[in-house]
Amino acid sequence: MLDSNTTIAKVEDILARHHGMEGALLPILHAIQAEFGHVPQVVLPVVAKAMNISRAEVHGVMSFYHDFREEPAGRHVIKLCRAEACQAVGADRVADHAKKLLGLEWHETAKNGSVTLEPIFCLGLCACGPAALVDGKLVGRVDEAKLDALVEEMK
Amino acid sequence: MKIYLPLDSAAVALGADEIAESIQKHAQAKAVTVTLVRNGSRGMVWLEPMVEVESPAGRLAFGPMSLADVPALFGDLSAHPKALGLTDDLPWLKAQTRLTFARVGVIDPLSLDDYKTQGGLSGLTRALGMDRAAIVAEVTASGLRGRGGAGFPTGIKWKTVSEAVADRKYIVCNADEGDSATFADRMLMEGDPFTLIEGMAIAGLACGATKGFVYIRSEYPVAIRVMEEAVKIARAAGVLGASVLGCGKAFDMEVRVGAGAYVCGEETSLLNSLEGKRGVVRAKPPLPALQGFMGKPTVVNNVISLASIPVIFEKGAEFYKGFGLGRSRGTIPLQIAGNVKHGGLYEIAFGLTLGDIVDKIAGGTASGRPVKAVQVGGPLGAYFPRSLFDTPFGYEEFAGKDGLIGHAGLTVFDDSADMLAQARFAMEFCAIESCGKCTPCRIGAVRGVETVDRIAKGDASAIPLLTDLCATMKAGSLCALGGFTPYPVLSALSHFPDDFTRMKDAAE
Repeated sequence: MLDSNTTIAKVEDILARHHGMEGALLPILHAIQAEFGHVPQVVLPVVAKAMNISRAEVHGVMSFYHDFREEPAGRHVIKLCRAEACQAVGADRVADHAKKLLGLEWHETAKNGSVTLEPIFCLGLCACGPAALVDGKLVGRVDEAKLDALVEEMK
Repeated sequence: MKIYLPLDSAAVALGADEIAESIQKHAQAKAVTVTLVRNGSRGMVWLEPMVEVESPAGRLAFGPMSLADVPALFGDLSAHPKALGLTDDLPWLKAQTRLTFARVGVIDPLSLDDYKTQGGLSGLTRALGMDRAAIVAEVTASGLRGRGGAGFPTGIKWKTVSEAVADRKYIVCNADEGDSATFADRMLMEGDPFTLIEGMAIAGLACGATKGFVYIRSEYPVAIRVMEEAVKIARAAGVLGASVLGCGKAFDMEVRVGAGAYVCGEETSLLNSLEGKRGVVRAKPPLPALQGFMGKPTVVNNVISLASIPVIFEKGAEFYKGFGLGRSRGTIPLQIAGNVKHGGLYEIAFGLTLGDIVDKIAGGTASGRPVKAVQVGGPLGAYFPRSLFDTPFGYEEFAGKDGLIGHAGLTVFDDSADMLAQARFAMEFCAIESCGKCTPCRIGAVRGVETVDRIAKGDASAIPLLTDLCATMKAGSLCALGGFTPYPVLSALSHFPDDFTRMKDAAE
């Protein structure tokens, strides 16, 4: 865990890189999340000051979007598509299997911090569903056996 | 030996990267020099990963490839277990009219030379010799309508922006392709990014805009990477920058990444997001064409609309307009998805019937069971039963059947689908993704889920309540999220009433 001074220094560096950009808040939040794996709440006032907006506005923006996390995710992140094209080929069944296998509900992280399970609405893999994004890697035609293998690999 | 293997997300999700690695390894072991081009996908997703090998007769296709099929690529190709013959002779490709997707899968997406060899930049070059009004008139004459789903005439939108007086104007490409069953934007950006750049540059010239943005959803990591690289290459080559192809007029662009909010596919919400705000919908008027990004006149067009511009200028508005039916002119990239035997991208003139698309092109379901319903136009599109399969694919034709073509995605369901569950999901999705600004959408979607649950428990009195709620959402919502969620719900209810009365029957 970084101390808050190091964190703030890194964020100030990110802010400097985005100086003068039109509508920079989303790129800044993306950059912060890429750096830390989440958006540490301690940085919100720093971002707000640099952008000349209120801390509430920064919080409002970050909390609007599903991508930004206040807390770090698990070491592995499994995102399963829940959208219609994947439903048509068994996504609900695969999701139920994943929940049972991991002992998690949507948006939950395992107690030991190993894995986070999240829904995602469409990866554009609608002709080879059910689709998943596992630690940033795209996976098509996910069935129970493929999911078991993916989870096994994480151990 | 020249080998093509897609970098397309669908190919990658089915193992293309591992195949690429294996090809390089085997080539090295056999001391064969291989040029491996990571191209876009030809759109036959059931054959991905599909490898193509260049031969004197043309490109030979092999797929779907597994790691075990790689060594045989270095032997007698005609005896390869996954040999499909010449790519150009594959029936799926042969029957298409590829205008917007002409180069996708053919070229190296990041080679500007390949792009030029295949007709790239000739549209922009022609546009450079025309004045602003003439460029706009050409787009209007082509009959091109917004491919994002709304179907608004592109030329009229451009005219408004072109004639607006302002110190700055913008071209914004909506690449927030969040609808399930749609992936044409993704495939275009991954397979032929320069086409989009060229289309945006023409839009910039037409409207007097010097800056463009491509807003790509974060769920598309490959498209983001390819577009970012393509913009850099285009800038270095002078296609973008202070003087577009040396004409003296400036146009440059940036790639921006969304953050997982479906509603940002709505144009005003996208603009707020681009400005660094919550992706909340804006009331219209003012139209974005007059007060868009940062309050300045802005063209907001879908990827496919903008990517269809270069071919219109290369071959002429009349050529493009010659395809299609009624007021739906040109071609449409159908995206065939869900439970289908042959899924993928199929570009064809408007006018095919839904039945031909589902039964002939898609070849029915992957499960082999009968087709029950086809959702056309994404999560906000209606479910069509087999009795409406004679509907021709066009904007007005689908609207006439209480549906929409949207971004031309089709999700096929077999007879195991529970349409009540699909109606519930439509409401649930709307509740999750609502931006919260207007009440019919924010509250209506939540009440919608509860009402469908009542029906599921056998309470038939909740059915008129659901119909009434849908009427309120349709008429009272600020944007298409709340306004169109009733399409899947009501179509499920009216075309598949049995799925809404099962519990009641069981109780009696």
